[in-house]
Amino acid sequence: MARLTAAAVLAIIAAAPFLPMGGMRQYALHVLVQIFIWSFIGGAWSLMGRFGLISLGHGAFLGAGAYTTTLLWNFWGLTPWLGVLVAVAGAVVIGLVLGYPCFRFRVVGHYFALVTLAVGEVVRLLVIAERDWTGGSLGVTLKASAGEASLAAIQFADKRVFYYASVVVWLGGLWVWRRVDRSMARSALEAIGEDETAAASVGIHVTRFKLAITVLSAALTAVGGVLYAQYFTYVNPDTLSGIGVSLRIVFAVVLGGMYSLLGPTVGSALTIALSEYLRVLFGLKFIGMAETIYGLVLILCIIFLPAGIYGSLRAAIARRMARRRAAPA
Amino acid sequence: MIDPIFIAEAALNGILLGGVMALLALGLNLIFGVLDIVWIAYVELVMLCMYLVYFLVTGYGWPIWLGGLASVAFGAVLGVAVHLLIISPLLNSAAINQFLATGGLLFFLQSFATFLWTTDHRTVRLNLPIIEVAGMFLSFARLIAFVVAILAMIGLYLFLRHTFIGTAIRAVSQDRDAMRLMGANPQRVYVVTSAVGGAMAGLAGALLIIQYSVHPYFGAAFGPLTFMICVLGGLGNMVGAVVAAVIMSEIISVGGVMMSTEMGYVIAFVLFIVMMFARPGGILAKRE
Repeated sequence: MARLTAAAVLAIIAAAPFLPMGGMRQYALHVLVQIFIWSFIGGAWSLMGRFGLISLGHGAFLGAGAYTTTLLWNFWGLTPWLGVLVAVAGAVVIGLVLGYPCFRFRVVGHYFALVTLAVGEVVRLLVIAERDWTGGSLGVTLKASAGEASLAAIQFADKRVFYYASVVVWLGGLWVWRRVDRSMARSALEAIGEDETAAASVGIHVTRFKLAITVLSAALTAVGGVLYAQYFTYVNPDTLSGIGVSLRIVFAVVLGGMYSLLGPTVGSALTIALSEYLRVLFGLKFIGMAETIYGLVLILCIIFLPAGIYGSLRAAIARRMARRRAAPA
Repeated sequence: MIDPIFIAEAALNGILLGGVMALLALGLNLIFGVLDIVWIAYVELVMLCMYLVYFLVTGYGWPIWLGGLASVAFGAVLGVAVHLLIISPLLNSAAINQFLATGGLLFFLQSFATFLWTTDHRTVRLNLPIIEVAGMFLSFARLIAFVVAILAMIGLYLFLRHTFIGTAIRAVSQDRDAMRLMGANPQRVYVVTSAVGGAMAGLAGALLIIQYSVHPYFGAAFGPLTFMICVLGGLGNMVGAVVAAVIMSEIISVGGVMMSTEMGYVIAFVLFIVMMFARPGGILAKRE
């Protein structure tokens, strides 16, 4: 049953660009690409978040990824296919430099969140400070390749190419999530999340496990950043690093539910749909109103749906199933 | 080469800014210590108070000291409102939900301020003199802000040491569970703490509006800095907060003159990260 549903959903996703949507096609595809990219990034965040490693600085990895490929392409014409390797390596280095001392010196909870927040801000401020080659707070545009489509530059005028690319990356993210979910490492990391000292006392190498999951999360987030940069062909320190975007990622994941495979996807879809809807609704009138409502919805969701929408829904269904199973007996 | 006099001037300004930053960090520190929650939107409350003073002083012609008092009262009301509406329902939630709820408040306040008042920068113009000391130019407004901040911190110290509720606040921040065991009512302590924390934000707002212009994204620059000073100072450590605030403000002020504003912040934040590894209990804490 579940398998059948999954197959049906995948078929709809695969066919989506060819469904008749009239003039809405380009816009609908644009929104869907964003949803897949941010779902992937949210999933990468939740790899850490679900084990109690609350990072408020994933913008650091995102920005590092996006800027690395963009600048390498703009200045040296290095293809993003190679650039993404450099980007991932950069994010991994940031993850290690941040993670190792954090885990070694037992920086946890609020303190870990604030340290990561500082790292995200550092990346944002460095991009602004080095304005001579990063474009500062004005951002930088990816140099256009010759022609309509270029595989070497990963630039395509046709949105459908990016649509399928983002679906593939998203599926890859889900696959990684599931691999982690079904691994031994998951039990170890859950034990660490519950009680570090107890976990260490039964022989779990706390620092090594935490570092591994941080590096994995950082690397995937950087890939998400590269995809974002290639699709939008414009990067900006405020939309890719710093507190704002980091909080947005976390919010989407928590809204969806960070302990389930599709939680980040549901959360990202909802937050992006909401902000797109508000943007279209208010347009250029009432500047700030869309974000105001976004913030309000965020607060209300956290207070009334602490387990996330998808998580709460699943819990409700599970409860009903259990009741039904209990009833005939 | 930069004239040393500019660096000396920046250093002096750093100390003066440090006073106000210490006040802010202490307000946040108090809340963090008692409720174990970081209000991500704390400096957004300061921003609202700055707008209040701006409108009272330029719009209604109130004298600045009266506007300042109104700001303190408004800050206290905001603090209580944040506690009752957002924090109270989430007291037993996961830390991440508490972070996010106050993060949502940050988005809400920033955008609502943009909606109401646009992104224009607004300044309260006071005709305060510029003082010249040994070739350095100091703004009188900053000096006043520094002195008032120091006085307020002494006031807070006396309040925490010599009143019953102050003692209760200190007790809760040392051991939250013991409070309940003693049969005391934590909710009252929480509300008073939030009010005091909010009042500090209000006072800081009044002191900042005479030096800086206010705009909806004011918190973006001072917010992260305030959390960092708060943590660097160490929980419940007032001297630590002042030391941390002065160090961070110095780096930003002098770094800003010698390199660029952003690089000043970068160095300060990197120092924060390194200090979290070296002295997790705060800058003055003994090494474990």
